[in-house]
Amino acid sequence: MKTTETPAPLPAESGAPITKTDAPPPPPPKEKKEGTVLNVFSHGVLVIWAIMVVMPLLWAVMTSFKDDRSIFSSPWSLPDSLHFDNWSRAWTQANMSDYFLNTVLVVGGSLIGTLVLGSMAAYVLARFDFPGNRFIYYLFIGGMSFPIMLALVPLFYVVNNMGLLNTIHGLILVYIAYSLPFTVFFLTAFFRTLPTSIAEAAFVDGASHSRTFFQIMLPMAKPGLVSVGIFNFLGQWNQYMLPTVLNTDPDKRVLTQGLVQLAVSQGYKGDWSGLFAGLVMAMLPVLAAYIVFQRQVVQGLTAGALK
Amino acid sequence: MQHGKYRFIVGFLALPLGLYALFVVWPFIQSIYYSFTDWTGLSPEFKMVGFDNYSRMLDDEIFWKSLQHSLLFALLLPVVTISLALFFAFMINVGGRKRRNGPVVTGVRGSSFYKIVYFFPQVLSIAIVALLFAFAYNPDSGAINSILRGIGLDNVQPLWLGDPDLALWAVMAVLVWSTVGFFVVLFSAGMASIPAEMYEAALLDGASRFTTFFRITLPLLWDTVQSGWVYMGILALGAESFAVVQIMTTGPGGPDYSTTVMVLYVYQKAFRDGQAAYATTIGVALLVVTLAFAAVVMRLGRRERLEY
Repeated sequence: MKTTETPAPLPAESGAPITKTDAPPPPPPKEKKEGTVLNVFSHGVLVIWAIMVVMPLLWAVMTSFKDDRSIFSSPWSLPDSLHFDNWSRAWTQANMSDYFLNTVLVVGGSLIGTLVLGSMAAYVLARFDFPGNRFIYYLFIGGMSFPIMLALVPLFYVVNNMGLLNTIHGLILVYIAYSLPFTVFFLTAFFRTLPTSIAEAAFVDGASHSRTFFQIMLPMAKPGLVSVGIFNFLGQWNQYMLPTVLNTDPDKRVLTQGLVQLAVSQGYKGDWSGLFAGLVMAMLPVLAAYIVFQRQVVQGLTAGALK
Repeated sequence: MQHGKYRFIVGFLALPLGLYALFVVWPFIQSIYYSFTDWTGLSPEFKMVGFDNYSRMLDDEIFWKSLQHSLLFALLLPVVTISLALFFAFMINVGGRKRRNGPVVTGVRGSSFYKIVYFFPQVLSIAIVALLFAFAYNPDSGAINSILRGIGLDNVQPLWLGDPDLALWAVMAVLVWSTVGFFVVLFSAGMASIPAEMYEAALLDGASRFTTFFRITLPLLWDTVQSGWVYMGILALGAESFAVVQIMTTGPGGPDYSTTVMVLYVYQKAFRDGQAAYATTIGVALLVVTLAFAAVVMRLGRRERLEY
């Protein structure tokens, strides 16, 4: 995007483009003027929104290091000293460590299950002709546009009758089931784009259907699995509605639920600093992962909407 | 590829389809059935009551309020979010200064920085975002009123979530805040694939940059805008609005039911009030609203697909 001799732009300086003195573009005067006005205006607007996005997050980080009194008296002042004890209190006393562990277990199990089951179903639907293929495909993708809450009322009792209420594995199964529509939709399209010749060659050489799938097609589908995996990881990690309904045991709470409960209970105790520490603790890993895997995350999250 | 084909198909589909049928399809069917019963959810006994729940719903003031709010969410949120996102994406991709020997239309400096930052809220859980803003809106010690005090507006200290007239808007603003970035990135990707010669030709012919937005950018992006619209509307009717309203507003549902939405009302009727059958009735109404919304957007938005 930059073709001139100017050094790589720093985010901070992009706010004041007018003060830069490097040569203005020569051609048509009217166009140039309009372009410059637009440029200044663009930067102004873009910087304002960037500040609006970052400020609340920075405020939360700052608040997590303050003591309770200064949180109330002066919300925007810098912490007088870094109260790391807020963080340790949140981690141990407020059970953040348990919530983290539960979330890791639930998301780990459901992510693997979603990818395995989703790619199996998608592969069959994409590559084999059989009566009912289209019906099953639309049955799956129909789940994307239905309001989940409607199903959750009876689902609560279905899960309860199976003895799966308030269990980690029950939650995993439900997460998988509700992640399948998008996963099947996305991977079916992906498997269709893969060449058929290699699978056919393997089959002629005597490989079974399932062996062809696991040893040839799955490795070829890796880019698609990564995209849809990131999408599901974020969706499941951030899930709030499903656990709120199906996971009411305080010991089994996942991160999002735990924080909301914490907000209620810390409200009575007045431990706001601990709560903010918990919030930031839950925010940082996802933000850090996003910054590191930025390109893949954006691809994974926008992949479905672009198709 | 005939050998053992059906055995393979059945073997591969059985587990995913079984799980999906049991946890997703079956509950949907059941809940439509339950909406014609008087099931409480607390005991296994119930009897058919015909359309009683539906007529009760039509007389239920809170239901109408929740329907109003849900419709507002579904119509207004996508419009505001997508307009803002289109605006930002256009600024990012077309607002750059022309450089010597460079293309006519360029992105602003630091465009990738903006895209990274704008996307932040999208990776956070809506529950965490909701909690964060619940504190930011706190009238006494929250970040927002404290800024207002800081710039001398001591008299302007709204109650935000505590004010029945403001609470709904405050909640909606949070959803806009958290989703704009996603659409900025989505639309930017679309805009980047529009050939620069198109802008060049239009600008040479004397079109202003704002004209190019409506005559070139928007028509070529229309498909993406449309699917984004449906996606946002479904979120605004379902999971996202549940999380923000349930977490942020008192009650939950706000002072004087001023923020209650259909999805929250379903939840409360089923799991707080022990009226599971009535809850599924409202759920069916929500289903109708969602499908109608998607159908209307797809229909209104139908245009000739432009090839380029």
